[in-house]
Order: sequence, then C-alpha cells, then structure tokens
Amino acid sequence: MAHAEVHDHNTPLEYQSETGRLNILGFWVFLGAEIALFSTLFATYLVLMYRTADGPTPHELFELKGVLIETFLLLTSSFTCGIAIHEMRRRNRKGLFIWMIITLALGAGFLGYEIYEFVTYVHEGAALGTSAFWSGFFVIVGTHGLHVTMGIAWITLILIQVARRGLTPQTSAKVFISSLYWHFLDVVWIFIFTAVYLTGMVLHNG
Amino acid sequence: MKWDEFFVTGDPLIYGADVSIGLTVIGILFYLTYFKKWQWLWREWLTTVDHKKLGIMYIASAVLMLFRGGVDALLMRVQLATPDSKFLDAQHYNEIFTTHGTIMIIFMAMPFLIGLINVVIPLQIGARDVAFPYLNAVSFWTFFIGAMLFNISFVIGGSPSAGWTSYMPLAGNELSPGPGQNYYLLGLQIAGIGTLLTGINFLVTILKMRAPGMTLFKMPMFTWSALITMIIIVFAFPILTVALALMTFDRLFGAHFFTLQGAGMDMLWANLFWLWGHPEVYIVVLPAFGMFSEIISTFSRKVLFGYKAMVWAMVIIAGYSFLVWVHHFFTMGQGELVNSVFSITTMIIGIPTGIKIFNWLFTMYKGKISFTTPMLWSLGFIVNFVIGGVTGVMLAMAAADYQYHNTYFLVAHFHYVLIAGTVFSCFAGLIFWYPKMFGYKLNEAIGKWVFWVFNIGFNVCFIPQFILGLDGMPRRVYTYSAASGWGGLNMLSTVGGFLMGIAFLILAYNFYYSFRYSERENTGDSWGLGRTLEWATTSAVPPHYNFAVTPTVTAMDPLIQMKRDKQDVKPKIEDIKKIHMPDNSGVPFFMASFFFVAGFGLVFEWYWMGIVGLIGVFITLIIRSFDKNEGYYVSEEEIKETERLTV
Amino acid sequence: MFKRFKPFFALGLLLSVFFLGGCSNYIVLDPKGPVAAQQKDLILYSIGFMALICVVVYVLFTVIVIKYRDRKNDDNFEPDHHGSKKLETIWTVIPILIIIALAIPTVTSIYDLEKAPVSASGEKKEPLVITATAVDWKWIFSYPEQGIETVNYINIPKDRPVQFKLTSADSMSSFWVPALGGQKYAMPGMETKLYLQADHTGTFSGRNSNFNGEGFTHQIFDVHSVSQSDFDKWAKDTKSKAPKLSKKQYDQLMLQGEAKKMTFSSTHLKWVDHAKDRDYAVKTRERLGVVPQNPHGSKAKDANNPEQDSHGVSHSH
Repeated sequence: MAHAEVHDHNTPLEYQSETGRLNILGFWVFLGAEIALFSTLFATYLVLMYRTADGPTPHELFELKGVLIETFLLLTSSFTCGIAIHEMRRRNRKGLFIWMIITLALGAGFLGYEIYEFVTYVHEGAALGTSAFWSGFFVIVGTHGLHVTMGIAWITLILIQVARRGLTPQTSAKVFISSLYWHFLDVVWIFIFTAVYLTGMVLHNG
Repeated sequence: MKWDEFFVTGDPLIYGADVSIGLTVIGILFYLTYFKKWQWLWREWLTTVDHKKLGIMYIASAVLMLFRGGVDALLMRVQLATPDSKFLDAQHYNEIFTTHGTIMIIFMAMPFLIGLINVVIPLQIGARDVAFPYLNAVSFWTFFIGAMLFNISFVIGGSPSAGWTSYMPLAGNELSPGPGQNYYLLGLQIAGIGTLLTGINFLVTILKMRAPGMTLFKMPMFTWSALITMIIIVFAFPILTVALALMTFDRLFGAHFFTLQGAGMDMLWANLFWLWGHPEVYIVVLPAFGMFSEIISTFSRKVLFGYKAMVWAMVIIAGYSFLVWVHHFFTMGQGELVNSVFSITTMIIGIPTGIKIFNWLFTMYKGKISFTTPMLWSLGFIVNFVIGGVTGVMLAMAAADYQYHNTYFLVAHFHYVLIAGTVFSCFAGLIFWYPKMFGYKLNEAIGKWVFWVFNIGFNVCFIPQFILGLDGMPRRVYTYSAASGWGGLNMLSTVGGFLMGIAFLILAYNFYYSFRYSERENTGDSWGLGRTLEWATTSAVPPHYNFAVTPTVTAMDPLIQMKRDKQDVKPKIEDIKKIHMPDNSGVPFFMASFFFVAGFGLVFEWYWMGIVGLIGVFITLIIRSFDKNEGYYVSEEEIKETERLTV
Repeated sequence: MFKRFKPFFALGLLLSVFFLGGCSNYIVLDPKGPVAAQQKDLILYSIGFMALICVVVYVLFTVIVIKYRDRKNDDNFEPDHHGSKKLETIWTVIPILIIIALAIPTVTSIYDLEKAPVSASGEKKEPLVITATAVDWKWIFSYPEQGIETVNYINIPKDRPVQFKLTSADSMSSFWVPALGGQKYAMPGMETKLYLQADHTGTFSGRNSNFNGEGFTHQIFDVHSVSQSDFDKWAKDTKSKAPKLSKKQYDQLMLQGEAKKMTFSSTHLKWVDHAKDRDYAVKTRERLGVVPQNPHGSKAKDANNPEQDSHGVSHSH
C-alpha cells in the first residue's frame, strides 16, 4: 500500500492517489463483469422473444413515444454528467454540483417514466408472471432501472461527501468512478432500446 | 409453518447431526469464553483485512467443507455398496448427492484455491497486500456466509435435492417444492458475490502491484495461473449470478424463465448453467496447474520447462473454456453440426493440456528430484490426471458420449479431473506453503501415509466406476438391483472411498501432531529450495506488512538469482521507511451477517426478513462509503524491531 | 474410415479385454443392434489412442523420475535447462494429429446416428415410429400407425429401424436403451428424434438416465425385440383385445409416481401432444387438486409412506 504520490500538474485529480488509480482500474474490471451480466440478460431476452404464451405480444403494448422520452432523458443525463466531470477537473465545485444535480434529475425523470411504463403494462395484462417473454422483459429493463436507482443514490452520497470534505484526490476518484458507472448505464440503455424495444416493435410485427 | 417443517425431523442421521452441531457450538462458545478469547477472535480474525489471515480462514473453511462433502460422499458410498440397500431412501440420497456436488465445487474447491492464492500471490509478487484489502474481507465473509446458509439446510427446512446442476423444470416449484432449492439459489448467489469481488481484486493486484522489475513474463507460474483464473471469474460469474437470479424469480415471484407454464424454456437454464459451469472447471483447475508448476520446479531444483508455452497454454485453455459448454448436453438434440463443432472444440482443449503435462515431465528431466510430500502429490497428479484427461477426450466424442452421458463413466472422469487436479493441488499447496502460514512444516512421514492411502483409495474408488459406466450404471440412482451385477464393483468403490476418508483423518491428525511436535522454522526459505519471492521473507511467517523493503526483481526466479548473487534477503537498515497499511474493519463481517438475514428470509419467503437484511446490507455500504479509511503507518522503529527480532 | 487405424482398434480391443475383463460382459460394449455397434467401435477405437497416450506418458514419467531422482552423483543436473523447440513442437503436433484422427470418425458417426440405421443385410426398411413420453416416473409409448399405447414396455420388430419421437410431460428426461444405442433427452414442449434398431431378439432394459427426482431410479422400461410377424400379431391382438385408454385414466398417469406396465388399444395423441403442450401435466395435477408438497413438510411425511406403486409387477402383453 505504498503511497508514491508522484504526479505532475497535468494528472487529473482523480488519478493523483495510488488508491484512486487502483480503484478506477478495479471499477473498469467491474464494468467488464457488468457487460457479461447484461450480455447474459440480452441473450436470455432474445431466446425468449417469441415465447409470449397466452399473454400480449410486445407489439401490442410497446409505445415508441414513451421509450423515446426515456432515451432522450438518459442520453442527455450522460452528457451533463460529462460536463460535471469537466467542471470537477477545473476544480469548480459549484459547477460539479449543478451539473451532477441536473444529471440526477434527468435520471429520476427517466426512472419515473419507466415506472409509469411498467405500471401501464401491468394494467394492460403484462406482468412478470404473464409469460416467458414478459419475464425476460421486466427483468432486463428492471435490472437496468435498478442500476439507475442505485446510481442516483450512490452519486447523491458521494456529492454529500464532496460537500463535506471538498474536492480531494479521494472524493474526486469517487465522483469519477460514479460517472463511469453512469455512462455505462447509458450505453446499456442504447442496447436495450435496440434489442428490446425496436426489435419488439419490428420483429413481432409480422 | 409448523416447527416440524422448519426443523428437519424423522431421520436418526439428522438427529445425530443436530446433537453434534449443538455440542460443537457449545464447545466453541465455552472455549472462547473460558479462555477469554473473544477479543482476540474479533481483533485478529473477524475484522482482519490481512490477505494471509483471510487466506488461512478460507483454507480452514474449505477443509471443514471437505469434511462435510466427504461425509456426504461416504454416506452415498455406503448406500451403493450393496444392491437394494435400505440405508438411505431416495429423497435423502438425492439431497446428499446434491449437497456433495455443490459443496465440493463451490464451497470446498474454489475457496481452498482462493485461500492459497490469498496467502501466496501478494507475497509472490512482492506486494504488501492486495489492491483492495477491505474488499478481500468482504469476499471472504460473503463466501463464508453463503456456505453457512447452504449448509444449515439439512437441519432447517430441508436440503436441495435437484442435483448440483439443478436442471429445470425439476428445480422449479412444481417439481421441487419447499425451501431446499431456495437454499441453493441464495447460498450460491451470496457466495458468488464474494468470488466475483475476488476476481476483480486479484486481477488488479496482479496487474498493478508487482514488485519493480517483475514484468508479466517474469511472473511465477502460480501468479500467471491466478491472473488467468481471475479473468475467467470476472466473465463467468456474472452468468451464474443472472442464471440464479432468474431461477429465483421463477420460484419466488412467479416468473416463467424456465418453468413448464407460461412458455418457459428449460434448455435455457442448462445453457446458462454450463456457460458458467465449464469455465468454472478451469477456475478450479488452472490454479492447480500453477501450483504444480511451482512445486515440480522447486523440488526438481530446475527452472520450469517451456515457461512461455505454459503461459500460452493457459491462455488458450481459458479462451476455449467459454467455447465448449455444449459438451455437457450433447444429447439435447441440437443437431449434427452443433455437436460436431463442440466435439472438436472440446478435443482441442486436450492439446494445451497435453503440452503442460509434457512440460512438467521435462521440468524434472535433468533435475534433482526430492520426493517431499508436496512433490509426491504433484507426481500423483501427473499420473492420475492423464486418465482424467484422456477420458475427457473420449467424452468429447459426441457420438460415443451418447453412451457415456449420465453414467458412472462420466462421474469417474470428472473425479479424476477434480480430485487428481484440484484436490491433489490443494493438498500439495497446503503442505508446501504451510510453513509460510504457520511457521512449521507438516510432518513428512505422516504426510506420506496420507498421500499413499489417499492415492490408493482414490484409484480403488474411481477405476471401478469407469467400468460400471460402460456396464450401463446411470449416475444419481439411489440403488440398483442385484440382477444388474453391479454389486461387486460398487463394493470395491466404497472400500476406496473409505480409504480416502481414512487418509483425511490421518491428515487431520497430522495438523494436530505437527502443531505439537514440528520443529519451528527460522528462515523464510523453509524448504531451502525456494525460487520465488514468498520465500524471500526474513521470517518463516512474514509480518503483516510482508516485506520491510519492497524487493526488486531482476530475473524469473528472483530468489534463485538472489542466492546466486549471494544477496541477503535481510533489508538494510537505511532502506527502512514507514509503511502504510489499511485499517481493520468489522463492517465486512456485519455486511455478510445481513446478507445471511436477507438470504434466510428469502429462503422461507419471509419477505419482511429479506427486506430487513437488504436494508442492513445497504447501511453497511453507506457506512463504508463515508468512512475515510485512511489506514495507518507502521513506524520505522516498529519495523526495525520486528525485523531484528526475527532475524 | 476405421481401416487405416486398425492397429489402434486392435490395441484398444486388446486393452479392453485386458482391463475390462472381456468386453462381452459390459452392456455398452456388447451391442445388440447396429447403432450401439457403431458406438462401440468408436469407443474401442478411441480407447486405443488413449491407451497409447497413457503408455507414452507413463514410460517417460517412470524413466525421468527414476533417472533424475536426487542422488550423490549429479552429472546430469542442469538447473537452467529450460526448453527445447524441437520437443515442444513434437508434443504439439502429435496431439493435433491424434485429434484429427479422432475427430473424423466422430463427426461421421454424429451424422450417421441421425439417420435410420441400415440393417446387416443392407436392405432399407421404413422405420417404425414410436412416440415416447416421459412422465415422472414412467414412460408412455404410443404407436401412432398401429393406434396402440403401452406404459413402461415396448415391443419392437427385430431388424427394422425404430424412430423414437421423444418428449416429456414434465421434467427433462433421457431415453436410453444401452444395449441398442446411446441416449437422447426427452423434454417438455420439444420433440427430439432417436433411431435405434435391434438385430437380436430378446428383452433389453431401457431407462430414464437423466435425474428427475424421487422416483428416478425406478423409471425403467423393457424393450422386447421380436420377429416382424410376432410384432404384427401382437399389434393386431392389442388393437382388438386391449382396453381403450380413457382420458380420465390418462390424467391419472400424469400424476407423479411409478406405474405398472399397461397396454391400451388407443393412444393419448388425440388429446395432447406434449411436444407442443408444455404444461398439460402440471395443469392436470392442479385440476385434480394435487398440490406439490415440501418433502420435509408434515403433509408430505404422512403421504410419503412407502405405498407407492411397485414397479413392473404385472403386465399384459
């Protein structure tokens, strides 16, 4: 656990401590595991795609409008999250806070829409236990939603720490790692949008 | 729920187990209280983040699980020793082979290897600890709690009985009602978190914390095997996580992933399970390969033969491990092309494995072989593993596999791989690094008895099973008729099983005997033949900071190089600087305990309890996040004192 | 394909005689039909190669361990001897050749086994179709052409290929008659096909070999191989004399438990095709009020008294 704090001024704040560097690499490895996790869920979803049994088909229930709004909210939040990190590297704590809070608000909006979407489906007769297809749908989209929820809670906790302790190499590594997570969720959503919603609307339309 | 559904009742074996568990717990509590050991236990063990202590705890738990899994095995062997035996009924037998398989793979083999990796790898790469010591403690405690949750099933609620593969729809609510299968799902899920974290932790540790000068191709072979294993873990374990979660949704929340109703798909489970399950085989066998490489090289006093070929062989094996899973169900009717492709990919794995066998043989060529017990286990490995390997190639031939599948031929094959590979390596590694952990060797004479009794018992147990398989005896039957003619070979197999049991008892005696009577080591290089950095410590058991001064590596076997250069391992006094070390923490223990609460609640579908447990887990996460965890410094004075004292 | 490697074949045969005490005793190595015979040939052929590998490794092992053990005289000791391109190439190339030699007959056999076997006389016969349905813990066989159904036994004509259409009403099972050939899974909502043929008359035992719960061990059936004329007579007699299968009776068979051998003059195929209907059995159990019980629950303990149907006690064929 030697702390060789050798760095020049160009080293970003979050990379300035040994622990910070290790944590960031460890988190990248964790994201590798997350990719394996979501790949498995995608494979499951695709295998179960036509197994709707007596329940409704996705073509009957999916609506492009809501999904587009969700996509817009999450993609924008990834962008604002990027700006927040930029502000953090400029050591602008206020900027970091403003843009991160906007990010979280957009994330919460996404989540709200998703919950609304789920409730609508359940009312229309498609729940977790309706058929293999709907089990697959709710679990893959729900897992992503759960990740977003955790992300919001986690980033909130980190912002509290930044507020209390200021921007140190330790806190900034935490902020940076949580931003990696947030971007990752955005990427996963793009795959969900394509593999779940677009295929659900297009492939089942026949 | 009635009390007699909560506690398993009606079987004298279970009552016996109840009594012995009760007595053991009372005994431990009494010992800790009477000798005022509670504080010691808490400070030195329950809150430790030291990789060596965590490793020892992993190994101790694994030995305990080896005992449990071994008792399961012997109960099965007693039942099968004679035709039409009434010793166990079908349900009880099914529970026992399910827990035997699950415990041996998940709670014995993996933790045993991870324990040895924990003890050895940071030392071997010249590091002070792992990259994330706190996370390491979380890994251990989640594994331990997962194992405990799984293990209590046989006295509370009933054990799972759908096989360690838990094929659906058999493992679903309709065909396996009750809490048993939930234990499997939640026990493995919680332990799986720990394994994944270990994967991340050691991957980063090996990539980032090697001593200066130790390039990737100067790493010891055990470190290489651990690195590759960790990569497999990171990509394979999430598959298990998802598969278990999906089955949990099926059983608890009425989802239809694999169920009979709602157009579920049972074949999906088989695919997901083996997509994890086959890499899992290599997770438990690659570290074994690594350890044998170290031991064979050490006791032949020779550099490893074909180092680069050994590394690339492991890389190829790791890659292929994700491309062969279908060979576990050639008989599922996926068609000629698929079976042909997977037959060939599976056979190809034999090539790098064969290369490794020849490399081990030629490591001994032109060497000076001393037959210490770790070396005996390694030699025994070569002889026995070849049988496991060639029968593996036979099973890979799909057209022939239609006759071997689900028979004792398969059972014998994978025991030749997993016992001769993994278990032999665990024994070899444990004995080899025992002085590193405890400061004295296990007695060699007793150790040789263990080896020979176990080795003979192993072959007597499993050779007959190859023949039984060819005679059409299916695996997992709880009995057979006298007319089948399988009685004699089964009795022979049982005798072999008991010989292995006796060998285990001798090993246990050796732990005690050596603790009492073994000579204490006073150098770091206990065998006198050490080649790698873990032997380059100043004392037999390294201090908590491992190396007072981080060693610099100039050659592949650094300690051999140091010996040739007549370089002393003792640090120079002017090089000593204060050392930063992580703080102990009780949070991982509490986090795992909350996982236990959550898991136990979900097993019985008491959702309030599940939620309470999960809230507890989140609170521990928040506490950790807010903890500044800055660690502390070991002062120069303390280091000097430690180093002088132990020189 | 096998010809070029005759020595291996012979070596395998020799070794199996030596180690296995004569292959005629072991069911997989004592085939009673062309499918099992092809698999036996492949097995012996591979044992030959594998024995060769073992011999090479064991000889090398013994020589090295004895010659390079720790002795006073260490002329041969070369601690830095670390590799040899030539040797490493040899033990990479030879295994590749062995695997090619094994892969070719394997792939050929994989393709052959999905086709109807040709009998020894070389004449091609239209296969007899039998639907085999696994239900916990029994086998139900339907002869769609003959319009008859049996439980836990079948009659098949000797020297004629039989195409089994395999499916399951509940758990994943595996249909296996080792004397006649390898197994294949029977799965709910799925149909898999397996060709077998007997070239001897006699009774061969078959079973489910894929673990599926409490009654797994006793989920067995008999295969009676008889002459074509005896088969035709049996089918005709059964059609005219055996009772019809009622839906009520069939639904009783859907319950978990073992069953006696039974014979009917009609099939269940008109009500349900389990290859298309995954949940028929589960729904039937629900309809009949059978609730799955925790094997450790108090209800199950009362119900679990050993009064299950004894298997294979009486049958009528």
